[in-house]
Parts: sequence; structure tokens; C-alpha cells
Amino acid sequence: MSNVHRDDFGSKLGMWLFILTELLLFGGLFITYAVYRYLHVDAFHLASQELDVPIGTINTIILLISSATIAMSITSIQQGRKKLTLWLIASTIILAVIFLVNKYFEWGAKFEHGLFPGSDYLDSLGYGDVLFFGLYFFMTGLHAFHIIIGIAVLGFMFYYVKIDRLKPDNFQLLENGALYWHLVDLIWIFLFPLFYLIA
Amino acid sequence: MDNTSQENYLEYRGRFKGLMGWLTSTDHKRIGLMYMYAIMFFFIIAAILGLLMRIEKIAPGQTIMDAQTYNGVFTIHGIIMIFIIVIPGLAAVFGNFFLPIMIGAKDVAFPKLNLLSWYIYVAGSILVVASLFAGGGPPDTGWTFYAPYSFKTGTNMLPAVLGAFVLGFSSILTGLNFIVTIHRLRAPGMSWMKMPVFPWTLYGTAWIQLLATPIVGITLLMVIGERVFNIGFFDPAKGGDPILYQHLFWIYSHPAVYIMILPAMGAISEIIPTFSRKTLFGYKAVVFSTLAIAFVGYFVWGHHMFTSGMSGTALFTFSILTFLVAIPSAIKVFNWVSTMHQGSISTDVPFLWAASFIFVFMIGGLTGLVLGALATNVHVHDTAFVVGHFHFIVFGGTGFAFFGALHYWFPKIYGRMYDRTWARTGWLIFFIGFIALYGPMFYLGMTGMPRRYFDYLPEYHGPNILSTFGALIMVTGFVIIVVNLFKSAKSGKKAEMNPWGGTNLEWQVPSPPPLENFDEIPTIDKATYKYE
Repeated sequence: MSNVHRDDFGSKLGMWLFILTELLLFGGLFITYAVYRYLHVDAFHLASQELDVPIGTINTIILLISSATIAMSITSIQQGRKKLTLWLIASTIILAVIFLVNKYFEWGAKFEHGLFPGSDYLDSLGYGDVLFFGLYFFMTGLHAFHIIIGIAVLGFMFYYVKIDRLKPDNFQLLENGALYWHLVDLIWIFLFPLFYLIA
Repeated sequence: MDNTSQENYLEYRGRFKGLMGWLTSTDHKRIGLMYMYAIMFFFIIAAILGLLMRIEKIAPGQTIMDAQTYNGVFTIHGIIMIFIIVIPGLAAVFGNFFLPIMIGAKDVAFPKLNLLSWYIYVAGSILVVASLFAGGGPPDTGWTFYAPYSFKTGTNMLPAVLGAFVLGFSSILTGLNFIVTIHRLRAPGMSWMKMPVFPWTLYGTAWIQLLATPIVGITLLMVIGERVFNIGFFDPAKGGDPILYQHLFWIYSHPAVYIMILPAMGAISEIIPTFSRKTLFGYKAVVFSTLAIAFVGYFVWGHHMFTSGMSGTALFTFSILTFLVAIPSAIKVFNWVSTMHQGSISTDVPFLWAASFIFVFMIGGLTGLVLGALATNVHVHDTAFVVGHFHFIVFGGTGFAFFGALHYWFPKIYGRMYDRTWARTGWLIFFIGFIALYGPMFYLGMTGMPRRYFDYLPEYHGPNILSTFGALIMVTGFVIIVVNLFKSAKSGKKAEMNPWGGTNLEWQVPSPPPLENFDEIPTIDKATYKYE
């Protein structure tokens, strides 16, 4: 294109619309959760006790802090503090990785106990447990996948700030990346109580 | 006529030339055409599959393929036709090409995303077609992937389901792009109520794409989860509910019908005023009925499941809503006919397609009410009647509008005019073939022939022969139309800027349009479709 067209508002609008589709994507799973929890109230209650509330809580705090750091990076890039911006994006990425490491150990423990979809042990427990752990792994798995995408997105943001493609007067892309990260955080805020805190 | 200093988009040479120049182009016009070539290619594959099905049914018993092959053929035919052809359909081809021009913009809001959508589309399409050939045999569930069979069958479900998921992603991104484009890039002075109907219908479609597609996306992911990880969401043996699958699937797939038909209605609303030399009758009614269809269309999915097991209240509600959604469609038909009334009609090729669109669309719509009514639905559920209705709406609606739009905008796209005599001949043969092909299905369904069977009882033989011959006639018409257009695109007579006397912006730029559409963004000061 010979003349570069720039429309920050349009770009933000596009990002919000994309976030809407992401919410609807998870919405399908929340409906499924609602239906099966309604059908198996007691089993969901008992199965939830198997989950590790401390790790879940720590991960919630990690994501909340990471949302704060990425939000701060937007303010700092506007103030022209490039080094601080880079640090803030980097710490968001590090927090995201810690979240995934926790998730890995948490999932690993479930697998050791034979609590994973398709295992004979889980199948022997009854419908409610099968569905609870099916939903648990599917929803937290899809969420973890979004975290990985988020890490990649933030990695690009880091690079763009570094090479000065994102500047104090042109930072819409960083704001969009941050919006995506907040979405990932927000979904976890719903997943955490629905799985961990219903016991 | 050429009052612009720019090269036209077909000749423009960017960083790369030839094929690479197209594959790396973010120009909305080139992307629109790339969609069209891809759609035409896959349409030919799916049409051949359709023809094979008809040949199989020319006589009772096994004719050219066995039952399992037939299951695979109708499944792939459905997946390609629905997800690869009619859902992107007019929006991806003519929407991409004409939306920016019609609202006075230089391109869509996110040109790079637009190109990415095309690549995602091609990737999804290749996955779907690959499921035909990879080991295990073609998928055999029908395009609806009904659970639990979709994760029990040993055939290639994974590539097909994954392909449909990927295609959905492409559809979402296109919708997102169009919404932002329409909100942000309308030319100065083009208020919402001065926007032509085709962009309006694209706007309605884009919202459906955005709000409904993620649901089918997650549903297909869940089916993949069932197959790969044995989760049990929809598996009755593990406490899952197959009916829940049907709900989630149709929450998207019914609105998807409106994704297909709304831009078709938009194209017809462009053609009819131009060839009647009259302002579109009831512009506001057409616009609001578009939004009404998009909105009410969300709440009618249950009518696909009248025999699946739902409460009486739910059945009743879905049936009422289905009747309601027919009203805005009927409003549109009245508006089109009223536009023609006392107009100075020229029965040129695009008008013939538009008029025949109204004819087949009405048959499709009215038979839809037969299916929307609870009592008659039970009688004709899963019979050939449904197949007839569906093809009248989707092929008769979207397909006829696609050809109408193609013949209408062809001189603008290629800057050349096609041979009108051959185009008329092709249309007539196609139209006759279409009616002969799908018309008998209503009778067959009413008398009880089920759909999706490779065989039938001897008493259904007569109408099936007629139907198969209809298919052969229609294919003849199709070949004439395509060959004529293909030759004309290369060596037709040069077309003028405004061969039909249209009033909208696309007729005020040279044919073919210059790279950036306009030298200077126009200012709009009058309502659309003004002929006085």
C-alpha cells in the first residue's frame, strides 16, 4: 500500500470483537459445564475436592499480577520509558511460564492418580466424575493453550518495543496484546471458582 | 473514461509478478477473486460428487457405488458445499471485492488479516479434501458430524472436523474485518441509511459469523477431544448427552444458513433496482428485515431437532420462532417485486438470474414452513423433502444469487463484457435442470423416500430418473455459463464504466477498478438507488 492508513480506534474495535468471539468459544464449554453440573450436582461437588486449591490460588494470583504488569507496560511506553516497558513485558512472560509449570505439576499429579479422560480408573467412578474431569482437562487445557499463544504474542510485543516499532505515540498493538492477555486472565477467573471452589 | 492516473488492479505490478503477485497481495479485489477461484475449484469437486450420487440413484439397487461409498460421497459433498462454498460464498468473493468500493474506501480495515483469512480458508479446505483420500476411508457421518457416531466411526473424521474448525476461523476473521470496515471506513457523508443494501447485508452476515461461528468451533473441538482423548461429553456410555451436541451444532449451523442467504439477498437488492430503473422500494424495510433475519435467526435452531427429543414447550417455541423468521424474508420478496412494479425492466442476464432467484427462493421458503410446522415436520423429517427444500434455498438462493452477482459485476471485475446470448442460454438450461433436479424431491419426500440412502424402493423410480436427468441438464448449463465467462474474461469486448446504468459507487470507478479504487475518497450527498 502506498499510503499507510492508521486507525487506532478501528484496531482496538477489531481486538474487542475478537475477544467477544473468544468468550463465545469458551461460552460453549460453560454451557456444557452448566448442563452437566445441573445433572450431577453431588458428583461435581465431590470431584472438586480432588483438585489442589492452594496451587489454583497461587496460579490465580500469578495471573492477576501478570495482568497488572502488562497493564503497567502500556503506561510506561506512553511515558517513553522503554527499558521499564521491556522489563514489564518480560515479567509478564515469566509469570505466564510459572503458571504453566504449576499447571504441569498439577496435571501430572492427576495423571498419577489415574484421573485423566479415558483411564479405566476414572471410567469406574461414574458419570459425574468422568464429566467433571473431562471438562476440567478440556477447559484448563484450552486455557493453557491460550496462555501459550499469549506468551508468543507478548514475545512479539517485546521484540517490537525493542526495535522501536512500538513507540510512545504508536502503541496500539501493545494495547491489543495486553487486551488479549487480560482475556486469558479473565477466563481463568471464571475457571478457578467453577472447578476448585465448588466443593 | 479513464480519468485516473493509477494502474488498474489486474495489471498492477507490486513487489512480485505473476502468481506470486496475487498470492502476496493484500488488495481486497485480488483477494476476492482468489476466493472466487478457490470456490469454483472446490465447487467443481463437490458438484461431481453430487452428480455421482444422482447417477447412483438413477435406478434402484446398487448402480455405480456401494452403500459405504455413498455415505462418504454425500458427507464430503455436504462439507465442501456448506463450509467451503456457500458460507464464504458471496461475502468472501463479492463482499471482499465490492464492500470497500461501495462504501467509498480504499481497502478493508485490515488488509493483511484479510489475506491471512484466505490462507486459513485454503488450509481448511485442503484438510477437508484430504479426508477423502487419507487412509480409513472418507468420513460417513453427513456434514452434521452427529455424535456419538462422529467419534465412533473408524473413517477419517479428524481431518474433516479439523478442516471445518479451521474454515470457521477464517469466517470469523472475515466477519470481524467487515464489521470494522463498515464502522470505520465509510466515505464522508455515507450515513448508515445511505449505505447500499449489499454492504448492509454483509454487515448482518458479519455479526452472525462473529457470534455464531465460535460455538461450532468449540463443538467441533469437543468432538476432536472425544475422538482423541476419549472424554465423553457426548457419549451416552460415559454420561454424555448426544442431544447436547445437536443443540450446540445447530446454534451455529442454523444461523449459518443466514450467513449464506443474507449477502445473496443483498446482491439481488442491487440487481433489481438497476434493471428496473427504479429506486429500491422500501429501502428501510429491506435494511431492517436484514437485521431482523440476523437476529431472529439465532433462536430457531431447535427446528432441526423436532424429532430428537425436546419438551413440548421447546418444540412449540421453536416452531413459532421459525414462522416469525419467515416474515422478514417475505418482506424482502414484496420489496423486490414492488421495485419491479411500473419499472422500466430490462431483462438482461443479471435480471434473469435475479428473477429466477425470487422464484426458487419462494418455493424454498414456503416448503421451509412445511418443515417448520410441527405436525408436517414429523411426517417429512429426514426425507427427500428436506433435501429438496434445502437445495432450493441454499443452491437456488445462494447459488442463483452468486451467478446473478457474477453476471452483474463481471464487467466491473474484468473490464470485459461476456457474450450475452450464451449467458442467457446457459441460464435457461441451468434453470430448467435445477427445477427438474430438485422439484421431484418434494414429491419423493412427501411419499416417504428417506434421505441419505443409496437405494430406494422400486415405486420411487420415476421421479428419481427425472431428477438425475435434471442433474445432467443442470451440469450442461453450468459448463456453458463457466466456459462463456472464462472466455470472456480473457478476450471479451471491453466493458464501459457503467454498462447497466447502476447508481452506486462501484459504477463510478473505471472498469476494472484502479488499485486504490478512488483517486480521492468521494463525498456522498444523496441517498442510494436514485434514478431520477
